[in-house]
Order: sequence, then structure tokens, then C-alpha cells
Amino acid sequence: MSLRSPLGRVLGLGTAKDGTSHWWGQRVTAVALLFLGLWFAFVLAITPDFSHAAVLALIGRPINSILLLLLVASLAYHSYLGIQVVIEDYIHSPGIKVVTLLVSRFAHILLAVAAVFAILKIGLNA
Amino acid sequence: MAEFRLPKNSRIRKGRHFAAPDGADKVRRFAVYRYDPDSGDNPRVDTYEVEIDSCGPMVLDALIKIKNEIDPTLTFRRSCREGICGSCAMNIDGGNTLACTRAIDSVRGDVKIYPLPHMPVVKDLVPDLSNFYAQYASIKPWLQSRTPPPPDQERLQSKQDQELINEPAACILCACCSTSCPSYWWNSDRYLGPAALLAAYRWLVDSRDDATGERLDELEDPFRLYRCHTIMNCTQTCPKGLNPASAIAETKKMLAERKY
Repeated sequence: MSLRSPLGRVLGLGTAKDGTSHWWGQRVTAVALLFLGLWFAFVLAITPDFSHAAVLALIGRPINSILLLLLVASLAYHSYLGIQVVIEDYIHSPGIKVVTLLVSRFAHILLAVAAVFAILKIGLNA
Repeated sequence: MAEFRLPKNSRIRKGRHFAAPDGADKVRRFAVYRYDPDSGDNPRVDTYEVEIDSCGPMVLDALIKIKNEIDPTLTFRRSCREGICGSCAMNIDGGNTLACTRAIDSVRGDVKIYPLPHMPVVKDLVPDLSNFYAQYASIKPWLQSRTPPPPDQERLQSKQDQELINEPAACILCACCSTSCPSYWWNSDRYLGPAALLAAYRWLVDSRDDATGERLDELEDPFRLYRCHTIMNCTQTCPKGLNPASAIAETKKMLAERKY
């Protein structure tokens, strides 16, 4: 129970003067993913052989390594931004919210770094 | 966490049934949400059978007939009965609209009437709109100009300037859009909602206003503006045919334009 005025509550802690770069980042990565996703689907479609050696050779080609790195980076960033918004939408208790945001951020960074490391390892050894 | 079930004391029970008088011809049934805070009881849905031939064509006509002739305890807001005051906004047949401009004929089967969704209920069909009005006040819905007005005439606008604000200025603040928005349901404490953002846009594009930058500063916030996820229930439900979703998209574009 608080007798704070409705206007005082709406004004709250004021504006964060932020959000535009988040919004823009989500759209930029969406455009990038459109092209990279099409390329990735195309590569999968024309690959005749999915044996271990053939896939290593495929990823090892410089053009494929580079585009795959870009795909992983865009995907991880896009997913991180999106899941952050979902968490902010639905989780309202401050403690759980902060913990969930941290777990999401760490998980995305971990997955992205692991994928980048794998691609570099294959690409540089090829 | 988000709540997916109503709290225990808000769950709706079956209510009373008011049958039409014997010999009534052409009867429509109205299922109306009832809640009386003084009784301590849970909300319920009462059903009223209304003889249509002695009733006006709109849902509001039926509500007035019910209140006058069947059950005087039924509580709702109404004033102009012609779609310009916004008082009788409620959820009819699953969509938010004005009872005075929604024809009974346009609803198939029972006419289900609930208060605007996800708002505190004062009584029956009357929601508490204090937060909604405070959000409108927070965007400073008045002209802010640093240009002194001409001494001998009003501030002039070109025809094109006026056309920009024609539509957003036609909003009657009935709250149908904001209360139809899932993002507003979950975060109405921090998200301004489509109605307040449409009003903000009306001043952003007003050629006589000099505070565009300050107004954008106030909106640039992950919750106040960017909680809009382009769901577009607002535009679909607006009983005045306005487009708050487009106004919000244009506001985001203005913010991107000044940054990039």
C-alpha cells in the first residue's frame, strides 16, 4: 500500500534514455541472418556427403569458415537480445530477473565462444 | 513471474439468470460480468434475456434497458452514446470496443460483456483507469513551444501540417487499445501503452511544437516505448479506426533517425 500519486508511479525512476541501439541491433542481426541463413541452407542442400572428413573439409574452406563465424555471431547476439526481452516481459521479481538475465548472457557467450573456437580450429588446421 | 491464472478471489462463478417475460418475442441473451466489492463475493456472470423488439440496436441500448427494466444494480459507465466520449469502452464478444457503437446484430449467439481486460475492477463493468490517465498525463499532452505566438493571430499550420495530426488527434482515450495489448497486460506499470504513445506521437508531429527532442528523450526507454512488440491488437481493436501501431513504429523510426 502506497499513497504515491499515479503520475509519480508512472514517472518512476525516469527514462533510461536507451533502447534504440537494442532495437536497431535486433533488426540489423535479423537482416544479416536472413542472408546468412539462406547461404547456410543452400550449403546444406548442395552438400552430397556428411561424413566427418567431408564436413571438416567443407568448414575448412576459408569462405565457409568466415561466413559460418558471422552466422554464429549474428545468431548468438540476436538470440541474446530476444531472450533478454522475453525475460524482462515475463519475470517481474527483481532477484529472479537478474539471475535469469545473467544465466542467459553467460550461456549465450559460452555457446558462441565454443562455436567460434571449433570453427577456428577446423579452419586454421585445414 | 507472470501470472497465468486469476487470483483466487477473482475467479468467475456462475451468476443469476433473468428470464424474459412470458410471451416475449425475439429474445437475445446477454452474459454480463458482475463484481460487487462491498459483498466480498467472487465475480460472477449474470445472464439477462432481453426482448429485442423493444430495445435499441446497440449493445449499450441493451445495457441501459437491463438497468432500467430488469436489474438496477448493474453498473457501467456511459455518456454520449455516439462514440465520442469513450466512457462505455468494454470487452464485447471477446474484443474491446465501445458499447454504443457495437450493434447487437453483429454478435452471434450470447452477447458476452466483460470489463476492459487486465485492469482493476471498481464494480461490474467499471475498470480503474487511474494508471492509464496518469500515463497520458506523463507524456505532457499539451503544446510546448519556444516560439512566441504571433501578436495578432493564432499559430499557423499548413494544410499538410494539419493532416499529420488529424488521425492521432482523433483518439478519444477510451483505453480499448492499451487494454487489448498483451505487453500492456504484463508491464502496464512501466510500458506507456498504445493510447499514451499515440498521444505522444500526435505532439511529436505537430508542426507548432518545439519540444520534439525532449519528447523523444522521455520516450527513449526499454519499457516506456520499446515494450511494444508490434502485436498490433491496438490497431485491430480501435473503435475509432485509428492506428496506434503505426504511430509507435514511426516514433521508433524517429529515434533511429536521430541516432544513426
